[in-house]
Order: sequence, then C-alpha cells, then structure tokens
Amino acid sequence: MTTKLFGEPVRRREDLRLITGRGRYTDDIGHGALAAAFVRSPYAHARITGIDVNGALDVEGVVAVYTYEDLVGPMAEPLPVLIPHPQLTAPRTGYPLARDVVQHVGEAVVMVVATDRYVAEDVCDRIVVTYEELPVVVGVDAAREAAHAVHEDVPDNVAARHHQETGDVEAALAASTHTLSFTQYIERSACMPMEGKGVHAVWDHDDASLRVHTSTQASTSVRAAIAAKLQLSLEKVEVVAPDVGGGFGVKIVHPWPEELLVPMAAIALGQPVHWAEDRREHFISSAHEREQRQEITVGYDDEGRVTALDVRGWHDNGAYTPYGIIVPIVTATQLVGPYAIPVYRVRIDSVYTNTVIVTPYRGAGRPQGCYAMERTMDRIAQDLGLDRAEVRRRNLIRPDQFPYDHHLTFQDGRPVIYDSGNYEGLLDKLVALVGWDSMDARREEAASRGKQLGVGMAMYVEGTGPGPYEGGHVQVLGSGKVLVSTGLTSQGQGHETAFAQIVAHELGVPIEDVEVTTGDTRRFGYAVGTFASRAAVMSGNAIALAARGVRAKALRIAADVLEADVEDLEIDEGLVQVKGTPGASIPLRTVAVLSNPLRYAFDEAARQATQFAGPGDDSKPPVAVGDAPGLEHVDYYSPIRSTFASGAHAAVVEIDPTTWEIDVVDYAVVHDCGNIVNPMIVEGQVHGGVAQGVGGALYERMAYDADGQLQNASFMDFLMPYASEVPDVVIDHQETPSPLNPLGLKGAGEAGVIPGTACIASAIEDAVGRRIAAMPISPTELYDLVRDPDAERVPTREGAPA
Amino acid sequence: MKPAPFGYADPTSLDEALTLLAEDGAKVLAGGQSLLPLLSMRLASPATLVDINRIPGLDSVAVSGDGVRVGALVRHVDLLHHAEAARVQPLLARATANVAHPAIRNRGTTVGSIAHADPSGEMTSVLALTGGSVTVATPGGPQTVDWADFFVGPLETSVHGPAVVTEAFFPALPPRSGTAFEEVSRRKGDYAVCGAGVTVTLDEDSRVSSVRAAYISVGLVPEVHDLTEAVAGRTVAEADWSAAADLARTLVDPDGDLHASADYRRLLVGVLTERTLARAAEEAQTR
Repeated sequence: MTTKLFGEPVRRREDLRLITGRGRYTDDIGHGALAAAFVRSPYAHARITGIDVNGALDVEGVVAVYTYEDLVGPMAEPLPVLIPHPQLTAPRTGYPLARDVVQHVGEAVVMVVATDRYVAEDVCDRIVVTYEELPVVVGVDAAREAAHAVHEDVPDNVAARHHQETGDVEAALAASTHTLSFTQYIERSACMPMEGKGVHAVWDHDDASLRVHTSTQASTSVRAAIAAKLQLSLEKVEVVAPDVGGGFGVKIVHPWPEELLVPMAAIALGQPVHWAEDRREHFISSAHEREQRQEITVGYDDEGRVTALDVRGWHDNGAYTPYGIIVPIVTATQLVGPYAIPVYRVRIDSVYTNTVIVTPYRGAGRPQGCYAMERTMDRIAQDLGLDRAEVRRRNLIRPDQFPYDHHLTFQDGRPVIYDSGNYEGLLDKLVALVGWDSMDARREEAASRGKQLGVGMAMYVEGTGPGPYEGGHVQVLGSGKVLVSTGLTSQGQGHETAFAQIVAHELGVPIEDVEVTTGDTRRFGYAVGTFASRAAVMSGNAIALAARGVRAKALRIAADVLEADVEDLEIDEGLVQVKGTPGASIPLRTVAVLSNPLRYAFDEAARQATQFAGPGDDSKPPVAVGDAPGLEHVDYYSPIRSTFASGAHAAVVEIDPTTWEIDVVDYAVVHDCGNIVNPMIVEGQVHGGVAQGVGGALYERMAYDADGQLQNASFMDFLMPYASEVPDVVIDHQETPSPLNPLGLKGAGEAGVIPGTACIASAIEDAVGRRIAAMPISPTELYDLVRDPDAERVPTREGAPA
Repeated sequence: MKPAPFGYADPTSLDEALTLLAEDGAKVLAGGQSLLPLLSMRLASPATLVDINRIPGLDSVAVSGDGVRVGALVRHVDLLHHAEAARVQPLLARATANVAHPAIRNRGTTVGSIAHADPSGEMTSVLALTGGSVTVATPGGPQTVDWADFFVGPLETSVHGPAVVTEAFFPALPPRSGTAFEEVSRRKGDYAVCGAGVTVTLDEDSRVSSVRAAYISVGLVPEVHDLTEAVAGRTVAEADWSAAADLARTLVDPDGDLHASADYRRLLVGVLTERTLARAAEEAQTR
C-alpha cells in the first residue's frame, strides 16, 4: 500500500514554511495594533511606595497607563494556582500587576499602551516608581536558612513539603551492608525559546467577542482563564496558538499576566493591542528551572545492589508557585529511573526565593532526579571498585518484571507503574554504541595528544503522555481534502507531519490530502496542552481513533453504494474498493459528498447528493436515526495512566589539562519511545534535547547576585551552546511498544535532555579524578577543583577501589 | 529593547560629519555591531547618529613596506581575507579570524572596534602590539595618535570633541620576526576569556632579541609586555618559552568576571603565551 506511512521518516512538511520566513508568529499578526510595554521591578524584594506617571502622560503617542489600581473584579485577585496539591500548603501567586510588594526583579508593575513599542518604552522610561527595599532571599540554601522571608506570612519560606516513601527506609539503611551519603547541587537554566512570549488581542465591540493570538502551549486553557478573569462568556473568547517559536515548557504556564492584561486593554480601548516579549523580559519575567540541593543516602550490598535510598532535597521554586509543585514531584518520582529500589524515601521542600518563578523546562524535574540517581550509581561503583555499567545492570528492572509498580504517585495523581520496557537491552546497546569496553585505548591515544579522556553514562525513565485526555477531529471533504484538528498546540515538534502520517495511514489517503490544525479553539475546544512529551501519545492516539471512526462510516456508506459487505472493502490512495475486484470502487471524496444528503446543488460535486440525483430508499429518512451528516468523526483518548519511555546516554569528554577546557567529543544515545511514528522527527527531538543537555551541563546558569539581580540576562553572557559546542550524536533505537494506547506510543520530546548533566558530570569525573558535586561546571571552576587540595579524589579507572 | 528616539544623519563628507558631530550627544555610526545593541538596550542614548558609511575614501586597505593602513569603513571580513596585508603584518588576519562570527565580521569595522576601545576586542591589542597609531579627523585637521596615548580606559579614548577616527595604521612585521595569536573563549566566536598576541624577533645570529606580548580581556586597556629578558640571546631551540610565560603571569593583573576568575585568566595568560611564542619563534626563523 502506498499510503502506509506510520513509522516512515517522512520529511517535515512544516519546515519549508518555517525556515523560509513564512511562519506566522505572534509578532507577524496584527500590524497597526497598539503596543504594550511594561515597567518592571528593578528590585528583587521591595514595597512599592509610589507610582508617578505624570511625566509620562505628555509623551506623544501614549494611549493608556495601567497599574494595580486599574484592575477590577477577578483581575484584582491573585493569579490562579494552576495545579493545587495537598502538600502545597503555602501556595502564593502574584497579581497581573504588582500590588504593594514586588518579589523578584522583572515583576510587572505598570503596563503602558502606546501607538508603537518604541513610544511605549519611552513612556515606561518616564514613569517613576519608588520602592522601599526589603531583605532579599537568593538561592536554595538562603531560603532554607530562612533568615528572611520572601512572603511575610510564610516565615520558613517553605511552599510545600513533598514526601513519598515505599517502606521503612531507616531500618533498611541500618540493615544495609554498605551506606554512603553525599550532597550535590544543580543550578538554574531556562527554556529560552527563539520566540519569547507574545499576545495579540482584538475586541469586536458589536459582537462582544474577543480573539486572542498567544504564543502558548495551552490555548484552550488560556481561553478559559481569560474568560474567567475578564468575566466573559466562554463562547465569546477565541484563542489561537499560531506558529510558536519554541516552548520547552515555559509557555505551558498560563495565564501569564500579559495574556490577561493585553486583552483587558484591547477591550477597554476598543482597539487591537499587541505585546511581544523581548529577551531581557524573557530572562527576568518568565520562568527558570533546575535549581536543587540534594542530600542522598544509599544502602547497598557487596554486589552493588541498592537496598535502600533516602533522598532529602530542597527545590528553589522562585517567588511564586503558579504551576504548583510539579517539578519537585517529577524529580521525586522519576529519580528511581530504570532501577528496582527495594525501599525508597524522598522528601523535597519546595522553597521560595526572590527570583523568577520556577516551572517546567524540558525534562521538568527529571534531569535533577536522573542526576541524583545516576551519580549514586557511579559512587557505588567507585566504592566497590566495580564497573559503572555493571552496577547499573545489577540494579535494573528486568524485562519480566513489567508492569512494574514503584508504589509512588506521579504528577498526574496516578500510580507510577511502568507499562513496559527493556532496560538491559538499552544498556547492551549503549555499551556497544559508545565502545564502553575499549576506552583504555582511547584514553591512551588522547593522552598522547596531551588530553585527559573520560567517559560517563546515565540512564533514565520518563513518564510521558499523562492525561487527562486529548481529542481529535477528522473530516473528509467533498474535494477529497482531509481536515484534521486537535486542541493541543505545536511549537515546532513536527505535529503537522506526524499527525498527517497517522491519518494517512489509518484512513488510506495520500498524505498530501491531509491538513492538520493544532491549538486553535475555533477548531477544537477541548484540550489540555503540549507538555510532558504527550502530543504524539495523546493527540496521536485520539486522531487515530477519530480516523478509524471516519473509516468505519466511509466503509458503511460505500458498502451501500457498491452493494458489498463492509468486510470486503479496503481504502487505499483515497479510493474505497472491493478487495480483489478492480473497478468496483468509489472515491472517498464521493463518499464524503454522499454522506451529506443535500437539497441544493451549489456545485458539481454537491449535485450527486441532491434528492433527484439517483434512486433512494423511500422507506428510510435521508439521515438515519443516530447518524449525522458529513464524513467526519471526533474521538478522544484518555489514558489510564502515563506511559514510561526510557533511554541511556554516554558522553566521552576530553579535557585540556593546561586550560581545563572541556570538549564533549562523542555522545551516544539509545532511546526507547515505543512504536515510532516518524524516526526522523524522533531523532531531531533527541538532537535538540542533547544540545540543551550539554548547555545545562557546561554552559548555562542564571547568575543571580546576592541582591537578586540577574547578572547575565542577555545572550551575550547567558551561554547557550552554539552548533560548534554540541557534539555529533549517534543514536540507536529500541522499540518496546506501550500496551496502554492503541498505537503503542511513548513520548519522545524531552528525553534527549534528561541524562545530560548526570552523564557529562560522570565523564568529567572520570577524566580528571576529582569528585564533581555541583553542576554545571565551567573551565574556570574545573581549574579551581583540580588545584583544591581538599577536593575529593575518585578512582578514574574501573576496578580500582577507592 | 527599542532605542530611545535619536536623530540620524548620513553625511557624504568628513567636514559635514565633523559639523554634525559638534552637536551635543552626536555619535559616529560605522558597522554598528557594538553601538546598536547598546541603543536597543537603552544603555546608550545618543542624540544623533552620524552615519559615516557614505563618506568616500574610508573603505580601503593600503599596504606598503611600512605597514598596513586600514580605513574606517573596512569590515573585519575584508581584513581577514586581505592576502597582501597578511603578508606585511600577519597578525591582522590571525587576530581578525577570532573576531566574533561571520555575520558580525561582515558588518563590523576594524577601526570602529578600535575606537570602541573594548579591552575584550582583538584589534585594540593588535594595534598596541604592533606599535600602531590612529588618524583622527578633527575640525583643526587630521591628527595622528599613538596607540599608547589613544586608549584611556575601558570604552574610553583620549579623543574628545568632534572627531572621526578615519584610519588605523599597523606597522609591518620587522624582518626575522614571527607572530602568533590565540584565544580561549567559552564558545566559538565569543569574546575571549583570555587571548594572546605575540611577536618574536631574532637577531642576525638567529638568537632571540625581542619578545613582546599583548593580551585580550586582561586589564582595562591594551598593554604590551616585554618578555625578552626571559629568553634573550637564546636560539629558538634553546629558548624556554615557559620562562617567558612565567614572567607574563607576574606582569598581568586580570580581573574576574562571570566566565573566569582572575586566577584562571592568569593561568591562561601563561598557557597562551607559551603556545604562541613557540609558534611565533618558528615563524621568525623563516622570515
């Protein structure tokens, strides 16, 4: 069959548009709209004592200036706590515009609307806000010590104490042959999508309706939030995510203040209003992730098998908790990775600091969990003088243990039960792919060039495709075109291609006939959003089910026309035919025409469906009871729980022992996301993830000073890796289908980033023989580490006990 | 990230430019690679940008036996690929290859980079190391300013009032001399964490007679350090370049920042000095 496309490396159909400047981003929409700009707090913690706008009102082109005092009704209330949790005992959120106190540099205080962005910024410059500075809390340790409080009514700075345990860990540790304890840190990075946030709002006064384009990962929920906050009826609000120039998590948070304030101004002013976030705003007023302190105690036997694991963590959630405690929950529950841990306890305090909020960034707590678990595996191996791969192997969940219940509760409130996997298979492939067993020769060769070579590995399991649901709509038009829509949004992942492949495959039509729309509430009103590697699993399956519904209806109608049994029909290349009987066929587009009985022949195709076009059955109504006109179907996929993808990475690094420069020379990935819709797209996702993993391990950090000022809030000083810093990635796939969904899929979006920090830390440690306990690490820090006489030395070769 | 209002003028003669620059808050625009980001971030708000790109005669590289004269509108990329200039003063192409990325080299000007006086800029130190000078157009006529008198502090030069730096002069590499240039940066094309340019000159007996080095991102203004004493009178084969590197470490006074501690910079000064001197000495034997 020519239309069998599932699993094929089909070229991404969106790329030509996106890479030739024909994408349509929020900044491409609504030329001539008024522009919004914001006065943001220059202090990390301060009380607002006055806002003087008088000097700004005579700037030519100023249209409106808003402060907290201008907010009414629900807009004057705090922003929602999107994901409440019983352990989130002290949730705090800000206001759309600051009320009395600012809690981080960058918090919006005043919104200006003017004829264009230049004027709006001129106006911002002339607004004088006076502040009384308050004590500042920066960093997870300062928050924990709580010498000062971020929120006056949360004196210990603790938003939540997340706690899960699977048994008596203290007894299990006491009974363990060996134990070791250590503390480690991981710092902040951020999503940094190429396109920042952006909002464009148009109010139709006569229709009393609002249309908002926003660069979001959750258009349906933004719609509901706008309706609630601006007191509009839901059907009068449309929200569209157009082309979105990257998300990586930051755009799943909503409603951002600007997503409410821009529509509010559009309604009040009766004119379209537009706001495009600039890069500095993105640094100081969107979201960051990753900072944690981890204290780990592990018990193990002589063979290196873990007998008990106790993790005490502190997670910096920044100034507010609009996205609840998803990140620390994900860390806590995904930390155990591919290993059978007999007794596990995790306690993570989520603490406030006077910094930008912390919400999911690709990986969403998993890189930290992986860092904790995988560095533990390395330490056990070093302590016992065992090969690091062998220690991992001894602890892996075996293929015959699935479904494997960790007795933990995941971020979706459902049990952490691994649906399927083959972790030994991953490890075998990785060892072969990177040449793990022939590193000694490479070390010698590198040494002959004056370089220190090291190798590290890390494994992970990623819960993907959480519910509650997604839906899909598939409709065949009389032209033969197949329209597909789903409510979740796209940020460049290749959904247009992957979803079209699924529909072409399920329905038996050419992929060229399939058009996909995502994230447009005008087309599909029910959706959750794009996060947690869920688009293929959730919308992919929903769309497949919808396509199957269309197929069933098409076959039923065609069977009538062709006077054949449904079972004897097939669809290929858009043609419904009787199997083995050439000529006994009807085009799917004709079936679509016939599916909609017509009175009026507005065109030639329609003529075939009118009342005098052919013989009818006078004993039945034109549309059967329980049937509907049109060849279309809507269906939903709602999983019982998440499906768990997995993988293993290895990095080979070379260190220059004169300059301490760190070069990742090889990077190997073995990846299992169940059945693969499009291997080219999956590999692209892995490549991008690895790039961000390298960034998080070696380059990116948010350099806050003690006053809460972000010292590197630009791309000059916040170092994302260029292509020149990202190693070539070699990939091997393993396909262990998920038994939970019709297509057997598992998510692939975040996997590439998860083990980066753990595996590069391991490789550097292997190269230089010094303990790496804080990541990321830069050459200047590595230099400090190797010349510190107190730095802990570690054996650099397998089989050499410490 | 939008500039505050500013005026714009694009004079077609130096006289016209100098008249415009006599107004308060007027600033020269050439390649714009440093100035325009400063405007966009509102870290600079000049009243008027005087765009010199339409002034004829400023876009040439003139090579003579004395050295290389680089006009104010010569882009980095032109110097990078100028074979004749590279033959007379090899440091020019070697340093320019380290200036940022191709897109920036295509627009940015070498003289603009010098006039910007950023101690992280490659060409400021190259001007110093070669003992160069700049020509400045002023209402009173052109003036020649030696590099040592030109750089006053970070982003600050001795030139005040209406003026346009029209040319930089890089003296030719003397006979029996070699050069080398190398940087360590966090990412390819970034500002250097530390960079070193060196010149080694041999006497007629092929013994080291002069060793000079200038560093990038070390110190507030370009400095040239004479390292001759560590290796003077040695043949290239005998010379202990690590001794020169040790001397260099004692002479510099780097600062720390987000990307490198002062100690790390000092380490790199030594490493890069040793590496570049060895290469420069090899070359000196061939010229």
